[in-house]
Amino acid sequence: MKSIAELEAIRQRTLLRMNLNGEDPNGDIRVVVGMATCGIAAGARPVMQGFIEEINRRGLSHVTVGQTGCIGMCRLEPMVDVYVPGSGKVTYVHMTPEKVARVVAEHIVNGRPVAEFTIGAAEENKSSDR
Amino acid sequence: MEIYRAHVLCCSGTDCTASGSTQIFERFEQLIKEKGLEKEVKVISTGCFGLCKDGPIVVVYPDGTCYSHVKPEDVDEIVSEHLAKGRPVQRLIRNKETEQEAAGKTLEDNEFYRHQKRIALRNCGIIDPENIDEYLAMDGYKALEKALTKMTREEVIDEVLRSGLRGRGGGGFPTGLKWKFTYNSQADQKYVACNADEGDPGAFMDRSVLEGDPHSVLEAMAIAGYAIGASEGYIYVRAEYPIAVKRLEIAIAQAHDYGLLGKNIFGTGFDFDIKIRLGAGAFVCGEETALMRSIEGKRGEPIPRPPFPAVKGLFAKPTMLNNVETYANVAQIILKGADWFSAMGTERSKGTKVFALGGKINNTGLVEVPMGTPLRTIVYDIGGGIPNGKKFKAVQTGGPSGGCLPTELLDTPVDYDNLVEAGSMMGSGGMIIMDEDNCMVDIARFFLEFTVDESCGKCTPCRVGTRRMLEILNRIVEGKGTMEDLDKLEELAAGIKSTALCGLGQSAPNPVLSTLKYFRNEYVAHIVDHVCPAHHCRALLQYIIETSKCRGCTACMKVCPAGAIEGEVRKPHYIDPSKCIKCGACMETCVFKAIQRK
Repeated sequence: MKSIAELEAIRQRTLLRMNLNGEDPNGDIRVVVGMATCGIAAGARPVMQGFIEEINRRGLSHVTVGQTGCIGMCRLEPMVDVYVPGSGKVTYVHMTPEKVARVVAEHIVNGRPVAEFTIGAAEENKSSDR
Repeated sequence: MEIYRAHVLCCSGTDCTASGSTQIFERFEQLIKEKGLEKEVKVISTGCFGLCKDGPIVVVYPDGTCYSHVKPEDVDEIVSEHLAKGRPVQRLIRNKETEQEAAGKTLEDNEFYRHQKRIALRNCGIIDPENIDEYLAMDGYKALEKALTKMTREEVIDEVLRSGLRGRGGGGFPTGLKWKFTYNSQADQKYVACNADEGDPGAFMDRSVLEGDPHSVLEAMAIAGYAIGASEGYIYVRAEYPIAVKRLEIAIAQAHDYGLLGKNIFGTGFDFDIKIRLGAGAFVCGEETALMRSIEGKRGEPIPRPPFPAVKGLFAKPTMLNNVETYANVAQIILKGADWFSAMGTERSKGTKVFALGGKINNTGLVEVPMGTPLRTIVYDIGGGIPNGKKFKAVQTGGPSGGCLPTELLDTPVDYDNLVEAGSMMGSGGMIIMDEDNCMVDIARFFLEFTVDESCGKCTPCRVGTRRMLEILNRIVEGKGTMEDLDKLEELAAGIKSTALCGLGQSAPNPVLSTLKYFRNEYVAHIVDHVCPAHHCRALLQYIIETSKCRGCTACMKVCPAGAIEGEVRKPHYIDPSKCIKCGACMETCVFKAIQRK
C-alpha cells in the first residue's frame, strides 16, 4: 500500500520520465505505439516489435518503446508518437515494419524526423488529392 | 575501411540518370579531387531515392541534406560551400519549408482535433494503459484522494449533481440524481456497477476508454462507492472486447498493489473492490435491469421498473449503474469542480460527448466535442466531409434506438434534448454518416432487423411487433408495399413505443419513424413508382444497355454470370431482365459506360 506522499512521488517521477512536452533535455527518447483494437487490427503489433528489435540491434539504451490507447484517428493507424527530449513530439501514421528502420535511423539516431511519414504529410497529401 | 567525414550520394536511378546525374557524379569526383578533398569526402553513386519527380537528387551525409533538381553547374557551389565550408546551399534543398512544416505538424495542429475538447478521452492515446504510474502522472487518483480525505459523501454527490453531468449511455438521466437516490436508499449492502456492454452497431467509445484509460473508470467507481456507501463494484463488459478486459484486469491488480482498491484506502477506513463480469454478447444486456440479472448469473432479461435499481437492483440491493463514458468524466469533475464542467455545453446538456464517426465519412474515428457542437462541424470540419465527392444525405445517431437526421438539420447543436426533439436520440454516441447511395428505407430495415434479432422475447410488443414491422419493410424494399403499409407502420410503432417492457423495444421503432418523417418520399417512390431513388434495393433495380453507346465489344456478355446478355459482335447488346441477377458485373466491365442502373 502506498501513502499519499508516495503516490505524489510516483507522479512527479513518471511525469519527468514521460517528458510529454520535452521539458527534460536529459530524458529518454520515447517511442509510443497506438495499441488499441483499431491500431492492432491495422498492424501495430509488428510495428512495435520492429521498433523493439531495431532499437535492441543498435543498442540504443536511451530509447524506450511503450504503448498507448486510441487517439481517435483510427483511419491513420498504426500511429506512432516519437517524443524526443528538448524537441517535442512527432506523430507518424500508417506505419509499417518496413518504415521502422528509417524512423530509427533518421529520427531517433540522427534527430531528423522522417517528414513524409508524419501526420502533417499525410494530411497535406489528402488535401491535394481533393 | 577508410573513414570519410562526409559522403555525397548521387542518385543513379533511371530517372535521375535521364536528367543528367552521371555528369553530376563526374563533376563531384573531379572537383573534390581538384580541391584535395578526396581523403575526406567520398562520392557514391546510389540507387533510386524514390523522389524521381524532384531529380536529379543528391544527398550529403552526415547531415542528410537532400538537394533536388541539381544541375552539373550547381556542383561547384555544393562543393565549395557545403563540403568545404559546411554551409548547405539553401536554394537547392528539397522542399525545405514543406518538409519541416509537415514534420512539425503534430496531431494537435490537425483540423480533426481543433474542434475537440477531450475530457473522457483525456488520456487515451497519451498514456500507457497498462502502467498505473502514467495514469498517476496525469493526476490520476488525485480525485479519489480529494473525495476521501477532503470531502464528505454529500459534498461529492452535490458536486456531481451541480456539474449537470447526464448519463452518457444514451438515456441522459442526470447522474447526480442517480447517485443521490442510491445514497438515500437504506441497506446493509449497496453496489456500484459499470455498464460496458457497448452494443450499438458502429459504436466503440467505451471500448476506447477501457483500452486507453482503464484507471479513469476504476477511480470514478471508487469515488461513487464512497459517495453512495457501497464497498463493491461490478464492471459488466462484453466478452467481444478481449483487450479491454485484459487491461481492466491489469489495472485492477495494479490499483490493489498501490492500495487504491481494497481495504482501508488512504487509511480512511473506506473499503472498495471491483469485479469484472463478462457479457455473452446479447444486446438487451445493455439495458440496466437485464444487465443486473446477467451479473447475478441469471438469464439476461429486463424486468419492469419500478422498483428502480437505486432502490432494488443487483442481488436485490440498492445499485448505482453508470456507463463507462459517464464514469470517465467523474474524476475530472471532482478535481476541477462542477463549475468548470458546467461551463461547457448547452443549457441542459453539460460537458462533452464522445462520438464514433463511421460510414460515408473521410475521417472515420473517435471524437469528443463540447455539447452543442453543430452536426455540420462534426461531419465536415472534424469528419472531413463525404468521400468521393458524394452528397451528404443523413446522419444516424443513437444506433438502433436512434434516428436519421437529414441535411436540413445539419445545423442542429448536438445535445440530448435537441436530438430527441428531432426524432432521434443521443444514444451511446455512434454517428453513422450516409450519402446519396444509401437507401433510407433499407437503413431503417437494417436497424429493425438488428432489434428483431436482439429482442429477448419477453414482452409481446417487442417480440411480435418489431417482426411485423420488419415484414412490412421487407415488402416495401421488394416493391410490393402499399400506401396503407405506411399507416400500419406508424400505428405499430406507436403501440410498441408505449407498451414495450424496456428501452430496447420502446426505442426500436425510432429508425423507422424518423426515416418516415424525413424521407417519406423514398418510401413512396418504392411503393408507388417501384423505384429505389438511391439505386440500392436490388429488387427495384434494372440494368439497361444504352444502344447508342454500346459498341458490341462482348465484354459484358463474357462476365455476366447468369448469361443474361445477348447480342452479336459490333451490334448493341441487350440485357434480358428475366435472367438478370443484378450483380452489376457488366456495369463495372463496360469501358464505354453504356450500361446504366435505373
